[in-house]
Amino acid sequence: MLDPLTEPLEFAFMQRAFLAAGLAAVVCAVVGTFVVLKGMAFMGDAVAHSSLAGMSVAYFFGGHVFWGALAWAVPASMLITFISQRANLRLDTSIGIIFAGGFALGIILMSQAGNYTADLFGLLFGNVLGVSWAEVALIGAIAGGVVLMVLAFYKELLFTSYDATMSAASGIPVRFVQYLLPVLLGVTTVASLKVVGIVLVLALLVTPPATATLLARRLPGIMGYSILISLISTVAGLYLSYHADLPSGPSIVMVATGLFLAALLFAPGKGLVWLLRRPSLTPSRETAS
Amino acid sequence: MQPVNLDSSADEVDRQPKSDSVQDNTRIDQPALDIQGLWAGYNHQPVLEDVSLQVGKGEIVGIIGPNGSGKSTLMKAVLGLVKPWRGKISVLGQNGSPERSRVGYMPQVEQVDWDFPVTVGDVALMGRYARRGLLRRANQLDREAADAALERVGIFPLKQNLIGDLSGGQRRRVLLARALVNQPDLLLLDEPTAGMDATAQHQLLDIIDALRREGTTVVLTTHDLSCVPEWCMKAACLNRQLIAFGTPSEVLNERVLSDTFGTHLLLVHMDGQAYAYQHHTHDSDGPDQDSYQAPAANA
Repeated sequence: MLDPLTEPLEFAFMQRAFLAAGLAAVVCAVVGTFVVLKGMAFMGDAVAHSSLAGMSVAYFFGGHVFWGALAWAVPASMLITFISQRANLRLDTSIGIIFAGGFALGIILMSQAGNYTADLFGLLFGNVLGVSWAEVALIGAIAGGVVLMVLAFYKELLFTSYDATMSAASGIPVRFVQYLLPVLLGVTTVASLKVVGIVLVLALLVTPPATATLLARRLPGIMGYSILISLISTVAGLYLSYHADLPSGPSIVMVATGLFLAALLFAPGKGLVWLLRRPSLTPSRETAS
Repeated sequence: MQPVNLDSSADEVDRQPKSDSVQDNTRIDQPALDIQGLWAGYNHQPVLEDVSLQVGKGEIVGIIGPNGSGKSTLMKAVLGLVKPWRGKISVLGQNGSPERSRVGYMPQVEQVDWDFPVTVGDVALMGRYARRGLLRRANQLDREAADAALERVGIFPLKQNLIGDLSGGQRRRVLLARALVNQPDLLLLDEPTAGMDATAQHQLLDIIDALRREGTTVVLTTHDLSCVPEWCMKAACLNRQLIAFGTPSEVLNERVLSDTFGTHLLLVHMDGQAYAYQHHTHDSDGPDQDSYQAPAANA
């Protein structure tokens, strides 16, 4: 009777996939909460896309794409912050430059290597079913490190995200926090590349936290719901992928998107259905949503 | 435009402690805020030009001036958020960066993200974060200080509410509570009255007046000339340069106000009083209905 649930777990590759996807889900949910609140979604997307450059360099020289991505993502995320702070460019402009530049460089390098299309496809859309134990361990180490950093600097991240001016005025090291968040974001995208790929990393970063903001009021609650929703999405997505023979990354993203739509409609107090049923009490919110 | 310093006593302050034994007394005589020849700006554009200002302990000083006159920049310079190009700022007798917890700052209400998912209690507690240092969480003492600050501004019952659900007046009070949470000696309020109705303004004034009686020094910026005589012991008229500094009755006259507000200000004489109207240049219908009305000094 439990066959549909237990059957995939009999395969070692599925066990690794569940573990890798679950770890990526947790770290994306935690960092993604700040990404959604700070409006940094485009930055996460840019770091992921431009990481193709680092991955291609590693691929080209026979190294592991994972280290290539990591070596690229951290400086790229810091460079985006630096350019926007120093060159008087708007943040989205400096993000656009790094996004397109890194991605183009990556495509050029990949086109020079053999087996161009097949390998590029794996990098772009992820291949969680092909994840190795070593990669699971790496994803676990990154996820653990990032979550520890967020816990350690929680009050600084909270204060600076909410009100950077005031937090600088009261003596919080704002410059440090303004670089910490992009670096954590860069590392997080790298941890998730194997699971959902470059193109869909954004979904893990943004969709579960967005769903969570419809369900919880305060930041800790939003983070908790975000982790839960992210885990449900990855687990359910992998089952969907296994049984319906669908690509794994997109399946995870589709489940996450479905949960978001459900929350958008039915979330208590904030869902559209809820608001439509009480039009007289919340007219302004109804039009806003 | 020459700065008119109408406050003669300000120059007489002795800033040199004579010996250790009298240091405490000298500290009392020191101004809470001493700005000397301050130049500051952004992107090579000066916003403040040679501004000198002294605020004594326990004074309430209003800084008035039009948009872009450097009021907020002056506050940020005092907070150490904007580096002076030239000049000296001494806060509570200390040169350079002040002891943060002794200075409270209330930003303009528009500068704050009111959709952020935090409660009134969370915001008040943030005022204590820097005091805790990195890697350490807020403790019971911090929570008690936050509760006391909320109590003081009268919004303790709303502690569990999300900040997004508050009214305009309540939002200001949350920010004031956060500024007060460390019981600062110097309180900087950026546009505390903007967009407030008269009742809310008076409630805020009562709180500020009580703080002054306890010895807190208050510096506030405002657009609203009408609140200056009522709230402030001294007023500084700023338009990049310091136009005038003195008691409201000394400063709020036609010459100073038109120097401060330039062509944007119309003065109307009525019943022996001068009323100031801010004139919006894009508005061809004449003075704006919502504009600033201040009974100025007898003309």
